[in-house]
Amino acid sequence: MGNVLVWAIWIVAAAGCLGSGLAVITFSNPFFSALALIGNLGSLAVLFLLSSAEFVAAAQVLVYAGAVMVMFLFVIAYLGDRREAPLAGGPSWMSLAAIVAAAALLVEIVVVIGLKAGDALTDEATVSGSFGSPGEIGRLFLTDHLLAFEITSIVLLIAAVGGVVLGTRSRAEDEEELARARA
Amino acid sequence: MRGPDVSWYLIVSAILFSIGTAGVLLRRSPLIVLLSLEIMLNSANLALISFARLHGNHDGQIFALAVMAVAASEVVVGLGLIVAIARKRLDLDVDRLRVLRG
Repeated sequence: MGNVLVWAIWIVAAAGCLGSGLAVITFSNPFFSALALIGNLGSLAVLFLLSSAEFVAAAQVLVYAGAVMVMFLFVIAYLGDRREAPLAGGPSWMSLAAIVAAAALLVEIVVVIGLKAGDALTDEATVSGSFGSPGEIGRLFLTDHLLAFEITSIVLLIAAVGGVVLGTRSRAEDEEELARARA
Repeated sequence: MRGPDVSWYLIVSAILFSIGTAGVLLRRSPLIVLLSLEIMLNSANLALISFARLHGNHDGQIFALAVMAVAASEVVVGLGLIVAIARKRLDLDVDRLRVLRG
């Protein structure tokens, strides 16, 4: 019975994942695209939970679906209404080529994984109940992967500085704005 | 409690990755391009986590968390650039934004 339940949850999450992914790239209003991406990240978190990655699923919901997407929504609201009809006026050669390229990539990935790892994918390792728990992940971050942890913090710091630098207005821009207001 | 095999997760991850690729190639608004990039990064995360489960090894999950942090930084810089472009009253269209000069 538990087996059927896991499959049912998995199918719902995977369908939600793929459906909202398609919605992100087809909606003409960027606000709706961002909302669809929140749905996509949420159903991915369910898939993470099903493969016993509890801490990553929680971080996904908190950091991605929470913080990052709120920032996206703020910027989209700041920029105002900028609709873009993705497939208006029939498919052009460029959009056709884009879809063909994406489909080719899908075929390549499936063929490579099937050839290289096809028969090694069935025997899953048995894991203990604490696999993927915050305690385990935290212990690994502070022992085996300490360097990666520290480098990640530096990357985040640099990104924050970069965001501030990109966001501040220069003096020339201020004067330009003033001149425009006077005219 | 045996759910779907790792190969099912990998198929979802591959389809999601190509959806993201199609979004990056199809759309012209840099905002949607960034959103599609997020989809691609997350599909890679899904593959990493399902391989971590397959091998019973935490390294894939650690890698996924690092990818998440890098994605957050990428969004900060990308959105900062988009806001800076919009403030210069340039078109938000990746086909027309061809000069790097500010």
